[in-house]
Amino acid sequence: MSYRLGVDVGGTFTDLLLINEESGDTFTAKVPSTPEDSSIGVLNGIARICEESGVDPTEVERVMHGTTVATNAVLTGKGASVALLTTKGYKHVLQVARSFCPGGLGGWVSYIKKPLLAPLELTIEADERMGADGETVTSLDEAALQAELEALKAKGGIDALTICFVNSYLNNAHEVAAQKVAQKVFADIPVSISSDIIPEMQEYERTETTVVNAYVQPEVSLYVNNLQDAVQKNLGEGTQLSILRSDGGLASARAAAESPVNLLMSGPAGGVAGAVYFCDRAGYKDILTFDMGGTSTDVALIQDSRARVRRETLVGDVRVRAPSVDVRTVGAGGGSIAFVPELTKALRVGPESAGAVPGPACYKKGGELPTVCDANVVLGYLPSDVQLGGKMEIDRDASIAAVQTVADAMGIGLMEAAEGIIKIVNESMFGALRLVSVEQGYDPRNFSLVGFGGAGPLHANALGILTDAWPVIVPPGPGVLCAYGDATTQVQDEATRTYIKLASDVSDFDLLSDLGELRKKASESLLKDGIQEDDCDVSYQVDMRYAGQAFQITIDFVERELKDKGVSLITDAFDKEHEQLFTFKLGDGHEILMIRALVKAKSAQIENKSLANTGLSLEDCVIEQSKFYYAGGWYDINIYDRAKLHDELVVQGPAIVIEMDSTTVVLPQHNASVDSLGNLIINPNNK
Amino acid sequence: MSATIKQSNSTPLKNVDVDGVTVDIIENALRNAREEMDAVLFRTAMSPGIREQGDCFPMIANKDGKMVVGQFGSFIVPFLEVYEAEIEEGDIILTNDPYLCNAAVSHLPDWLVLVPVFKEGRHIAWTAMFGHMSDNGGMVPGSIPIGATTIYQEGIRIPPTKLYKKGELQEDVLELILHNVRTPQWNRFDLNALVAACKTASRRCVEISERFGEDVFHSTMQIMLDRNHMAMKHIIEMFIPEEPREFTDYICDDGMGMGPYKIKCTMWREGSVVIFDFDGTDPQAQSSINFYMNEDMFKMFFGSFTINIVDPQILFNDGFYDLVDVRIPQGTILKPNYPAALSGRTHALGRIFDVMGALLGMGAPDQMLNAAGFSDSPHLFYSGYDDQGEWFQLFQIGFGGIPGRPVGDGPDGHSLWPGFTNVPNEFIESYFPLRIEKYEAIIDSGGAGLHRGGNGLSVAYRFLNDGNISIHDERWLTYPWGVNGGDTGLRSTKKLVRGDGSEEWLPAKCEDIKVKKGDLLYFNTWGGGGWGDPFARDPELVRVDVERGLVSAEGAKRYGVILDDQLNVDSEATEKLRADLVAARGVDIPVFNFGGSIEEIKAVALEETHMPPPVTPQFNH
Repeated sequence: MSYRLGVDVGGTFTDLLLINEESGDTFTAKVPSTPEDSSIGVLNGIARICEESGVDPTEVERVMHGTTVATNAVLTGKGASVALLTTKGYKHVLQVARSFCPGGLGGWVSYIKKPLLAPLELTIEADERMGADGETVTSLDEAALQAELEALKAKGGIDALTICFVNSYLNNAHEVAAQKVAQKVFADIPVSISSDIIPEMQEYERTETTVVNAYVQPEVSLYVNNLQDAVQKNLGEGTQLSILRSDGGLASARAAAESPVNLLMSGPAGGVAGAVYFCDRAGYKDILTFDMGGTSTDVALIQDSRARVRRETLVGDVRVRAPSVDVRTVGAGGGSIAFVPELTKALRVGPESAGAVPGPACYKKGGELPTVCDANVVLGYLPSDVQLGGKMEIDRDASIAAVQTVADAMGIGLMEAAEGIIKIVNESMFGALRLVSVEQGYDPRNFSLVGFGGAGPLHANALGILTDAWPVIVPPGPGVLCAYGDATTQVQDEATRTYIKLASDVSDFDLLSDLGELRKKASESLLKDGIQEDDCDVSYQVDMRYAGQAFQITIDFVERELKDKGVSLITDAFDKEHEQLFTFKLGDGHEILMIRALVKAKSAQIENKSLANTGLSLEDCVIEQSKFYYAGGWYDINIYDRAKLHDELVVQGPAIVIEMDSTTVVLPQHNASVDSLGNLIINPNNK
Repeated sequence: MSATIKQSNSTPLKNVDVDGVTVDIIENALRNAREEMDAVLFRTAMSPGIREQGDCFPMIANKDGKMVVGQFGSFIVPFLEVYEAEIEEGDIILTNDPYLCNAAVSHLPDWLVLVPVFKEGRHIAWTAMFGHMSDNGGMVPGSIPIGATTIYQEGIRIPPTKLYKKGELQEDVLELILHNVRTPQWNRFDLNALVAACKTASRRCVEISERFGEDVFHSTMQIMLDRNHMAMKHIIEMFIPEEPREFTDYICDDGMGMGPYKIKCTMWREGSVVIFDFDGTDPQAQSSINFYMNEDMFKMFFGSFTINIVDPQILFNDGFYDLVDVRIPQGTILKPNYPAALSGRTHALGRIFDVMGALLGMGAPDQMLNAAGFSDSPHLFYSGYDDQGEWFQLFQIGFGGIPGRPVGDGPDGHSLWPGFTNVPNEFIESYFPLRIEKYEAIIDSGGAGLHRGGNGLSVAYRFLNDGNISIHDERWLTYPWGVNGGDTGLRSTKKLVRGDGSEEWLPAKCEDIKVKKGDLLYFNTWGGGGWGDPFARDPELVRVDVERGLVSAEGAKRYGVILDDQLNVDSEATEKLRADLVAARGVDIPVFNFGGSIEEIKAVALEETHMPPPVTPQFNH
C-alpha cells in the first residue's frame, strides 16, 4: 500500500488528509496549530492520523504541504535582515517605489509607508551600468565594490545580501560578477541576484521580488528543513516532502527553500487545487471558487480545470513578481464586523474583523461587536443547539444583543438588520466573483460555483442566486479542502525570460529553440530531485500585447502546436482573447514580452472513491427540526447529518446540512443532492 | 437653449422607497463599476501617460447629470445647458474645450468622453471619463506650450462632437482630429480605451437596473446624493467657522518673466452653507498658466478632503453642491476670459490644494493641518527623431516630497495625485533614447519638523539623441511652506550639463530647449514642508534619517541634533543646541512658515535659485 498525506497549516487548526493511492480511501484529522513552530503541530497531526487510521507511518511515501510561513513572515514583518546592492544612482529604488499613495484624492494625508524590507542603512551602490540594449555602459568597478561590501559587512547583523542592477534582465554579467565579489566578502550568508530570481523588466518590481525572496528565506528554509528531517525520521528516509507553490504546482522541499517568494500564496492555492480536484472528477471543469474564512474570502476562476495564473503576488502591501493562482481577496469573512456610521446611517460590513480573539459575540470569548457570524446565528443558519465534533458553544443571545446594536442604529428590526448584514457581505463577495469573471470577459452562468472554507457553505446558495452560476457545489470536507489540494497536485517548475520582440520579427525556429533553452533551465530543479525528463509534461507560455499596451495576455501552448502552426498560433490566440476581453482586436503589432517554459511531473492517478450507499432514508439523516429566517420570513427546517447522506437522496430546501467542520444552508426553492464523490450539489428547483 | 434627450420610451422614472440595505448594495455595485472603468482603461490604453501614470478620471452620473460616483465632480448639467443638440441612444460625445464644457476639463490635452446610458429606450444615467492625451497638436510637442497667449496656439479644439452617432463611429471626424496631433496612434488607442471604459460602466448601469428595476436604481442614486448632502451638512456646520478665514499663496511665475501671481481665498459659513470667495486673486496671466476652474470641481475637492472623517467607505458624489458657494471673479487667473491660453494649468490646480488645505486645517492645526507640498505635478517633454529616423515623444510627470502631516513624516518622492505612479525607468530606457543615471531622493530637501517633509527627487536624464525638451515646474521661487514650527521644504531646480561639461540652470518653465546627444539634465523636484517643532523630534529618528542618507549630519542641526564622528547622537551637545535654538526662536511660533515675504524671497532669488526674480505682474484692465 502507498499513501500520500496532505497537510494544511492554518491559523487555528492544522488539517491533515491521508489518501490511499490505490483504493482512494481517505482519512482526515484536525489538530491545533502550533504557531511558535508549526512543524510540531504537523508532527502531532501525523501521529494522530496514523494512529486513528491504523496506517503504518512508513507506508506514507509523499507528504504534500501548503504553508503560510512565507506569508506570515511578510505580514508580521519578521523576516531576515536583508542588505541590498543597487546600480549607482538607484539606492532609493525601494524608498521611492512606484511613487503611489493609495486612497484616492487626499489619500496622501493619511498614507503611512511601511518600513522597507531591505532598509536604506543596509543599501549600497555599485559603480556599473548596463544599457537598455544589453551592452555595457560602465564596467563594474570590482575593487571599489569590495571595499563597499567590507564596510557594509562591518555594520554586522546582515542575514542575506541581494543584488539588483538596472537592465540586468537583459544582461546579467555585472550581477554575476558582483555576486562573486560579494560571496568572497560574505562567505556565510546567501547572496542572491535579481536576474536569477526574476529576470523581468521593471527595476522596482524586480528588486522588491528579489528582496522579499531573501527576506522570507531563512524562516522558510529553517521550517522546511526541520520538517523534512522530522518527516524522514518519523515516516522513513524515503519519504518526500513537497511544498505547494502560489501557482498551484508543487515544489520539492529543496526548491521551495531556494525560491520561497513562490510560496506566498501557498495557502489559497491549496484550496483552489482541492476544489479543482473534486469538481474535475465530478465532471465540472469550469468553476468559480470562493473560500470564505474568518477575516477574508478568496475567489478564483477555473477554466477547463485549470486555474488562471497571474504573474504577480500581493501580500498585504507587498507586491512581487511571482506567479500565483489568480486569487482575489476581499476583506469579508465570518468575523467581519458590521457597523453604522452615525452621519450616513449606511450599513457597512468589514474590512475590520473580530478575528479569533475577541471573536464574534456568539463565541463569548470577549467579542461584543456584531459580526457576519452573529448574523448567521441570529437568522438560524448557524444553529446554536446542534453540535457536532465538539465545536465551540454558540450563544444566540449574545449574537442577538450584538446585532441589535446595528438594528437600533439603522432604526430597523433585528431580523432585518441580520439579513442586511448577510446581504452586504454576500454583495462584496459577489463583487470579487465578478472581478474574476464578468470583468475578465467570462459569463458566470457558464460556470459552477464552489463554496468552501469555514464559512463558505453558509453563503454558497445565496451567492449562487447572485451569480446564477449553477450548480452550487460544496465539496466534501469543505474545511479541510486545502489539505486535499495539497495532496493531489504535482511537482513543477518554470523558467522565464523577458523577450520584447515583435512577433513578426521572430522565426518559428528561433522561438522553438529559445523555448527549448528555457525548458532545460526549468527541468533542472526537477532533475536535481530525481525526476527524469520522460516523467514530465512540458508546456510553454508567451506573454503578449499589442506594442505599446501595458496590459498583457498569457497564451498557453505545447511544442507540438507551435511546430504545426508556427508563430501565428500565438498571435491568433491573442487576438481572440483580446477581443473577448475588450471587444476589439488589431491583427498586427503583436509584441512578445516574455516567454516561459513550465515543466510538470506526471503524477500517479489516485483512484476514485465512490460514496457508499448506506441505504438510509432521508428521515434517517435528520438530526433535528429547527427554523431559519429568509427573505423576511421564518421557515421550519430539518437539519441533516451530511455524513449519512448518499447519492440517492435529495434534500429539499429550506434545510441545513451539517458536518464536523461546516454548515451548508439550502434555501427555499432549492434542493441539494449528493453525487458519488460526496459533493453536495445545490440547484434551484426549477432547473 | 439646451440639449434634448431623445427617448423612444419616455415613461418617467419614478421615485420609490428603497430599503437601506439595497442602497448599500447598489452603492457597492457602482463602486465596482467605477473601478472597472479604470481597469479597462489601463489595460487597453497605449500612451505611458495613461497606462503607466494613470492620468485619467472616471465618472457615473444619474440621468440629471449629477455625479454619483467619481472623483472630480460632474460637469454634465452645465454642459447640457450649452450643448444645443439632440442626444439619443448610441451617441458618444467627445470634447476637449474647457470653454465649451464649463471647464469640466481644464486644458485641451484632456479628452473627455460622455456616454448617455439607455435601457429599453429610456435614458437612465450617464458615464464619462477623461484622460490626458500625449499630444494635442499646436505649438509644441506635448501641447502644453508655455509661450501660448491664446488657446488657438494650444492645438486642436474639439467642441462637443458626436464621435458615435446612434452607435456608428464617425470616422471622418475621428481622422480629422487625429490628423492634427503628433501621436495619432497613441491617441487613437487611448480614445478607444476611454470609450471602452464608458461603455463598460454603461453596461453595468443597465445590469443593475435589470437586477433591481430602473425605478429602484434611479431612486437609489438620489438617496446616495441625499446621504452625501446630510453628511456634508454636518461636516460644514461642525468644521467651518462663521468667522471668515483667509489664505494667500502664489504661482511663482508665468514662464514669460512675470510673477508671482496671487491666489487668495476667503472662507466662511452662513448657516449650513460654506462660502469660498476668491476675491483678491490676481487677473489672468499672459501665458498658459491660467487655470479655468470649474466651481463644482472645487466643491468636489473640498468634499473629498473632508468626508473621509465621518465615513471613509461612502461613495462620494455631488449631493452636497448646494451647500457650497464658490465665488471666482471673472477675468482672474482662475476664471480667465476666452480665448486665454490654458494648457499650463497644472501649477494653479496643484496650488489650489495647498490653499484649501490651509483654509480647512488652520482652525485645528494639530489635527487637520498639513504642510505644503501639493504644489505641482512637474512635466518633462523630450522629443525628436531617433537613430532609425522615427519620431519619439516622451511625457513624464515628476513627483516631489509629500509634506509633513499630523499622522507623521511625508514619504519621499511620492505622488499627491490620486492613482498616479511613476513609469519604471527600465521601461523608459527601452522605448526612448535616454538613460536615467540617477533616480534618488534629495538629501535634506524635506522641511525639518516634528514630522519631516518628504524629500524631493533628483532624476538625471542622459539624452542619447539630439532633440528638444520642455519643462514645467513650480515652487522654484516660493517655498513649500512648513506649519506649526516646521521648516520650509527645498525648492525645485533644473540643471543642464552639456556634453562639454558646461552647466546651465534652466528656468522652471521653459520650452524648445535644444539638447544634444550626451547632454545630462538634472530634474530636481521640491521637498515637502515640515510639520511641527523640529526641536521636539526624537533625536534617534533624526539619527536614523542620517544613517539612511535622507538627512545629512549638517542637516540634522536644523533639528538641533548634533551627531558625533560615529554618527551617534551627542546628547549633551544636542540638548544645549536645542536650548539655544529654542531661546533664539522665542515662544511665538507662527502657524505658517513661508520662508519670508515675497519681497524678501525675490531679493535673494538670483543668488539662491540661480534665476533672476520674475517681474511683478502688470495687468491691463
